[in-house]
Amino acid sequence: MSQRQVLQVFEQYQKARTQFVQTVAELATRPQNIETLQNAGVMSLLRPLLLDIVPTIQQTSALALGRLANYNDDLAEAVVKGDILPQLVYSLAEQNRFYKKAAAFVLRAVAKHSPTLAQAVVDCGGLDALVISLEEFDPGVKEAAAWALGYIARHNGHLSQAVVDAGAVPLLVLCIQEPEVALKRIAASALSDIAKHSPELAQTVVDAGAIAHLSQMILNPDAKLKRQVFSALSQISKHSVDLAEMVVEAEIFPSILVCLRDPDEYVRKNVTTLMREITKHTPELSQLVVNTGGVAAVIDYLGECQGGVRLPGIMMLGYVAAHSENLAMAVIVSKGVPQLAICLSEESEDHIKAATVWAFGQIGRHTPEHARAVAAAHVLPKLLALYMDPDSSEDLQIKAKKALKSILQKCTHLPALEPLLYEAPSNILKHVVYQFSKVLPHDSKARRLFVTSGGLKKVQEIKADVGSALQEYINSINNCYPEEIVRYYSPGYSETLLERIDKYQPKNNRAN
Amino acid sequence: MARLVKLQNEIERIKEKYFTRNRFAEENRQRENEAAIKIQSWFRGWQVRAYLSHLHWKATIIQKIWRGFRARARFRQTVKAVYFIMKMNFYHKMSVRIQRRWRGYYVRKYVHNYYARRRYMEGLIRKNEEIRRDLVDFSEFQRREREQIAMDREEQKKTVQAQRMHFLLSTKQCPGVFNSPFKPEPDEMELRLRRTKPQPPTASPRERDSRLGNRIPSTHSSASIARAHGAQPLPPIPIKKPQGPFREAAEVWAQRHRSLEPSLRVQTSITDLEEAQDQLRLEEWRNRTVDTLFQPFSKAHQNRRYERMIHTSSSFQPVPYGNKHFREERPDNLLGKKPLQRASSRLCNTHLRTAYTLPRTHQHIMEMPMWPAWSASHSTKT
Repeated sequence: MSQRQVLQVFEQYQKARTQFVQTVAELATRPQNIETLQNAGVMSLLRPLLLDIVPTIQQTSALALGRLANYNDDLAEAVVKGDILPQLVYSLAEQNRFYKKAAAFVLRAVAKHSPTLAQAVVDCGGLDALVISLEEFDPGVKEAAAWALGYIARHNGHLSQAVVDAGAVPLLVLCIQEPEVALKRIAASALSDIAKHSPELAQTVVDAGAIAHLSQMILNPDAKLKRQVFSALSQISKHSVDLAEMVVEAEIFPSILVCLRDPDEYVRKNVTTLMREITKHTPELSQLVVNTGGVAAVIDYLGECQGGVRLPGIMMLGYVAAHSENLAMAVIVSKGVPQLAICLSEESEDHIKAATVWAFGQIGRHTPEHARAVAAAHVLPKLLALYMDPDSSEDLQIKAKKALKSILQKCTHLPALEPLLYEAPSNILKHVVYQFSKVLPHDSKARRLFVTSGGLKKVQEIKADVGSALQEYINSINNCYPEEIVRYYSPGYSETLLERIDKYQPKNNRAN
Repeated sequence: MARLVKLQNEIERIKEKYFTRNRFAEENRQRENEAAIKIQSWFRGWQVRAYLSHLHWKATIIQKIWRGFRARARFRQTVKAVYFIMKMNFYHKMSVRIQRRWRGYYVRKYVHNYYARRRYMEGLIRKNEEIRRDLVDFSEFQRREREQIAMDREEQKKTVQAQRMHFLLSTKQCPGVFNSPFKPEPDEMELRLRRTKPQPPTASPRERDSRLGNRIPSTHSSASIARAHGAQPLPPIPIKKPQGPFREAAEVWAQRHRSLEPSLRVQTSITDLEEAQDQLRLEEWRNRTVDTLFQPFSKAHQNRRYERMIHTSSSFQPVPYGNKHFREERPDNLLGKKPLQRASSRLCNTHLRTAYTLPRTHQHIMEMPMWPAWSASHSTKT
């Protein structure tokens, strides 16, 4: 046979391999094919092709493997069990950039499913190889490596620590400064995943100088980048006061408030999350946020959005109000209470209602002025209803009761307390009656109103154990009124009057 | 003796008396002893008692004085103490007043300053309003920007489409697809087609490369792998240039058909200066309507007109006496040579006319139309 015919055989084989690998890669993009492919044993066929001499076939087979592993964790486990990872890790260091991208893609697809798989990736030395590829020139390679690192670090603190120990953080911070937007996004998301587990990790991220670069990207027009940036900043600032202060020192206020009007929903949610994490630490930080008008912006945001994304905003208002009564008054003055009342009535999910109820408790518990502002929004009957409703979750009931108690202990606005007299259970009723007994002895108009609105009647109908605190309060209320009135309103008065008729002997008794 | 007898008679009585007296005495001795004892004891008791009461009285006096002394001393002390306490109470009350005022002031100013808080709340309300307005403005602005960008992109897309589908333009004979004869006006696309220039046809990159001898990999997955996210495909490998210092054909063509762009210096004609002067003179002659000449000195109207010398002027023209040559001439000294030509004579040779005569032909600029009288004498030009 001539040389050319011999070579032709080889060419045919190469073409066949190329075609196979490309078709498999294309088929793997569609989820319905993957089951069939798996049953046909594609893993064992793709594995030797990873070692093929032709680089295109190597790259395409790595890509196909990545797509398969991406789909579900059984396949990812099969990739791990098939000892493919060490080969990939080795070639990450050696091959050209297309192969590196594909290999990083496979590592990412494997690591994203569970911590054990991510640990497997780490165990075969994937971290060092990925960190080395972070130093490449090609932005696509950097992006793939950063993505893989982010997915590894996402699962738990132990893995994040491993990623940090491999020296990834300074390189990720360098990646953030690159001009390509996609690379910035992925690097920001990876930093966010690293910093979220513990304060030490967040401190490592901050020490690499991430905050300055992240804060420069706040006003970038790309929405997905902004999502990741705000998420990263909030993960950093949530751990401790120092970290939150460092984030604030990067002069994010008031430019952050502009992003509260971004068309993208998740950007807005992440901004409110960041504000919540900042305000929850100390009164000074909350004061800073309030002074820049952050509270008003968040209240407007609550008015515009629906559903679960309201939660961070509500919690932020609660945290701000919790620190001091000045700040609670600032929330009231910024028209927060009507907005929260709207949220309470509109939302159906229990955890959001619980957060709103908690926020109300924090606002109203400081002084009678605050309690009056909360009561004026007709919130107290709603809180009572939530407490009494058997459908509410336990958490919601506990929070409603706590909020109700703390507001009632300061509430002196009697018209708002009256509806509660009729419906409240005894443990709440005790507080209501106590408030009445505190206010009524001093205010004559209130006494008159109390009688005419039927409150006194209701109080007489309350059955309390003799010697209990409730009875004492009822007595002190009764002492504010003349005896005839108290007797008039006591239950069964008409019967006693009728009995007197029976006993009465008329004076001119002409006995027959 | 009588007395003796009496006494002897009495002796018996006396004896009896004595005896009875003794008997009585003896009988009463006990009683009398007791009585005497009683009297004596009473007396003695009384004596002692008197002495005791005397002593008591004295002792009482001493004690009284001493006690009075001590009590007065104590009283003085007590009074001092009470006075002191009274003073201290007063001071306490006054200091409470002072402290009350101070504490009220301090708390109201530094701990819970109602007016500062009210000002803060008012300022906060204003700031909130401001922020709300700014945010609304900003979101409006952004929305408009985004709409603008979207519109621009639409325009761009439509323009590209129009460029590529330029063949759909309607001709005189046949109306195009977008120019329906049944509609009153042509479609928007038709107008766009009319506006845009057609895109010159470009060969597809594949054909071009294969023409140049490069085989592109026929696999399409390599395109998906080889391309990084958002990166452009690599440029084609350049063809071999012909050897030699030749310019590109396009360049040459452009140079050849370049229009003439002469510089300003080249543009101006060579007689430009004279033409300009002529133009100026014509303009001057045309526009001058005032015959009186401009006299630069303010008192010119008071200056008398220069009166010519009688010797040199006549009613029409000055007489050629004495204004031509005033220098002494000695032709003998010249020894047959020509006399030196003087500048003044050259001046005199120019042909002078008045300013009121007809326009002159091209003449020397050094004419002086200001002195009409002088011109008349040199009517002939040599």
